[in-house]
Amino acid sequence: MLRRSSAYVALLPMAITACVIYLGTTLWSLRVSFTSSRTFPVDTYVGFAQYVRLFGDDRWLLSLSNLAIYGTVVTIVCLVLGFVLAALIDWQVRGEAALRSVFLYPYAMSFVATGIVWQWLLNPTNGIQEMVRRLGFPEFEFDWIVDPDRVIYTIAIAAIWQSSGLVMVIMLAGLRGIDPDIWKAARLDGIPTWRIYVSIIRPMLTHSFATATILLLTAVVKLYDVVVAMTLGGPGTASEVPAKFIMDHLFGRANIALASAGSIVLLLTIAVLLAPVLYLRRHAAGLGSR
Amino acid sequence: MKSRGPARIGLYFFLICAALCFLIPLYVMLVTSFKSLDEIRLGNTFALPASFTLEAWRAAWGTVCTGVSCEGIRGGLVNSLRIALPSTAIAIALGALNGYALAFWRPRGANFLFAVLMIGAFVPLQVMVYPLVRVTALLQIFGTLPGIVLVHVIFSMPLMTLLFRNYYASLPVELFNAARVDGAGFVRTFVHVVLPMSPPIIIVAAIMQVTGVWNDYLLGLVFAGRDNLPMTVQLNNLVNTTTGTRLYNVDMAATILTALVPLVLYFASGRWFVRGIAAGALKG
Repeated sequence: MLRRSSAYVALLPMAITACVIYLGTTLWSLRVSFTSSRTFPVDTYVGFAQYVRLFGDDRWLLSLSNLAIYGTVVTIVCLVLGFVLAALIDWQVRGEAALRSVFLYPYAMSFVATGIVWQWLLNPTNGIQEMVRRLGFPEFEFDWIVDPDRVIYTIAIAAIWQSSGLVMVIMLAGLRGIDPDIWKAARLDGIPTWRIYVSIIRPMLTHSFATATILLLTAVVKLYDVVVAMTLGGPGTASEVPAKFIMDHLFGRANIALASAGSIVLLLTIAVLLAPVLYLRRHAAGLGSR
Repeated sequence: MKSRGPARIGLYFFLICAALCFLIPLYVMLVTSFKSLDEIRLGNTFALPASFTLEAWRAAWGTVCTGVSCEGIRGGLVNSLRIALPSTAIAIALGALNGYALAFWRPRGANFLFAVLMIGAFVPLQVMVYPLVRVTALLQIFGTLPGIVLVHVIFSMPLMTLLFRNYYASLPVELFNAARVDGAGFVRTFVHVVLPMSPPIIIVAAIMQVTGVWNDYLLGLVFAGRDNLPMTVQLNNLVNTTTGTRLYNVDMAATILTALVPLVLYFASGRWFVRGIAAGALKG
């Protein structure tokens, strides 16, 4: 009994982190979101007024729609690209290690560095647009980074470059776990290769797809660094995102109640998005992973 | 899974094209950093430097302004090291301790704490960042080195605990039981039995943690304070808040310098990096 008490002492930092920090600060932000706090937290409760104000704020609504576009594009393209790369690499190619390193190295880079590189590559006067024009297509246009309607897609491009390798690694691990006999059986039945991937392999990788989706979605909601480094939310407010809205209102505009309301909305968003994927993953654990 | 002739050529063609696309940003960063500003103005961004110069690297390292001062990015490198090393050491120590207690001792309520921690890993930082500013201010460590280290340790605890718990759970429990029969307590079992078997997971955890802390921007911006701004924050200041002419070559040299530590770690550690991703993601 005495010995077990050492385990309790050892877990004290974890207990404090879990209860005070993770649980406590979340509840604290929830509480602040129902007050009229500006620079400092106050105890004047205003019900859902901050949430009403939030959803009447054009910048917040634009942030949300940007996040929705970005999240959809990044998640789908990363999953497809990561799966295709993994499936191709899995065909016993030469130089597999080198190819894997190349596809994964961007994941070791920070979002800030990623944003800065792509800002330079997509800059219309020096970047890809200018290069293609010099190759003999003077009419070529690729100025999305300064186009308010398309700038969010350029941020998605940078993120896809950064994260596809992660999906590839997860998919490759899943593919390597598939019984080779399944391939032999499918071949004997004369099923075309693409059909084997779509109808047999993909359903068997549900667990891997769910894992990759969870990692991608968690990162999507946190989207902040790339935007700050690449566009600073511009041109104008065209590439604003919720995390940046919250940070700006916490530290620049001194409106912590509105920012807290935004952060709670973000938390609910990730909960709603992840719940079905986590359920799918747990359900698939018995079938797909083994 | 062997394929024949044309299909195989198509396969390699696609993979090589994809690999080139992934390498373009690195290539452009490198060639730009070795060019003079005059050459960059000519606009051949994708061409090799006509006259190779280290001028931009010197400026990025030692003289360019980063918002705080005009001593280049090297101060940020020192700060990032000062933040990353203790954050990694403490996070690993706590992660190992948590994992050990969770996997072998299983005290009552520990699984509940672990569940809270795992759910906490999904909570957006923005929910917790302002309350944590208040907490660190209360402890009088806001805007100091201990402050930013503490915050990194807090936010890395879910991953670190998960890594060590899963690793220890895969070790044979007989070793642990034998130590207990011999009368070894919590600390002695940890030090003499569990720790000697831990180097593989410690390496994995260290790679993940150094990379994560090094690449952080948001926490460094909020918690580190003016004197401890990490490299990523200084890089962003350098690139995005300069007035006057943009020094693209210096920007790119500074970006490479900032990305260098995680990239070297990544290329040097090879499969360990992948193992870290797998351990953190697949068993979670």
